[in-house]
Amino acid sequence: MAWEERNLMKAKVYVTLKPGVLDPQGKAIQHSVELLGFSEMSDIRQGKYFEIALENSLGEDQARASVTRLAREVLSNPIIEDYRVEIEEA
Amino acid sequence: MKFGVIVFPGSNCDHDAYHVISKHVGQPVDFIWHRDTDLASYDAVIIPGGFSYGDYLRAGALARFSPVMNEVKKFAASGRFVLGICNGFQILCEAGLLPGALIRNRDLHFICEHIFVRVETSDTPFTNELKQGAVLRIPIAHAEGNYVCDDATAAELRREDRIVLHYCDRAGHATDAANPNGSRDNIAGICNRERNVLGLMPHPERACEDLLGSSDGRGMFRSLAATLAAVA
Repeated sequence: MAWEERNLMKAKVYVTLKPGVLDPQGKAIQHSVELLGFSEMSDIRQGKYFEIALENSLGEDQARASVTRLAREVLSNPIIEDYRVEIEEA
Repeated sequence: MKFGVIVFPGSNCDHDAYHVISKHVGQPVDFIWHRDTDLASYDAVIIPGGFSYGDYLRAGALARFSPVMNEVKKFAASGRFVLGICNGFQILCEAGLLPGALIRNRDLHFICEHIFVRVETSDTPFTNELKQGAVLRIPIAHAEGNYVCDDATAAELRREDRIVLHYCDRAGHATDAANPNGSRDNIAGICNRERNVLGLMPHPERACEDLLGSSDGRGMFRSLAATLAAVA
């Protein structure tokens, strides 16, 4: 069943390497992109994306607080990564 | 003295560590399943190499939440000895028992080869039988062994003599060419401020028998055994 039909909020969490932290995977992708001829594209950085379903009854503020804690304590390693949380209401 | 080897789903160097403790250190050793929470009878625990939880999310990130890890934190806080090898080092960093993080190797590859490390300090329970400056030939086997930390942490590690091993060449020079994975300052192993928790990417437990290409790893286990004999 779709998220909307189950009356769930959706959280999106983006985890990215902090600026300055080496991203050899991004570099390897960049190299392939150059081989494809996209000379106008540079600085590719690889990250992670998570989708999380939340009970709508939680309310946006509580949902944001919970997901932010999850992002900080589990989904990212604050030594090397930053995170960004988005909440979509049902 | 009694040793424990913690086993997570995906650990794969647990038997190597067990073998070295029972055969070369000659002391009792148990496997400790990651759901167990009783470490009372142990003097030292080894967090072995492998791919706990398939390295999902980040290497070591999910093992940190296994029930045994809360007990390992208390165990370390009580002054007993924790040795994290390879994935064990990654887990100790994720758990906050050691500073910094281990990210993808500079050249992306999984590297499995014998390398050289230089012992930087004899002032740890894991290296007190080794000479400062000794060069050991020990294998590495990892894809995420590239040690990173911020400038303040790096300075603190140096100031407090907590960098235990540097990657080096055969002659003991810590050059960039001898750095297999891009680790900051060629760091291969560090200890905590209290010096009872050591994490390292090389596998000393795979270098305890000449038949396997090197027995240079024995000194670390000999040191730990001597430490435990002295405190017992």
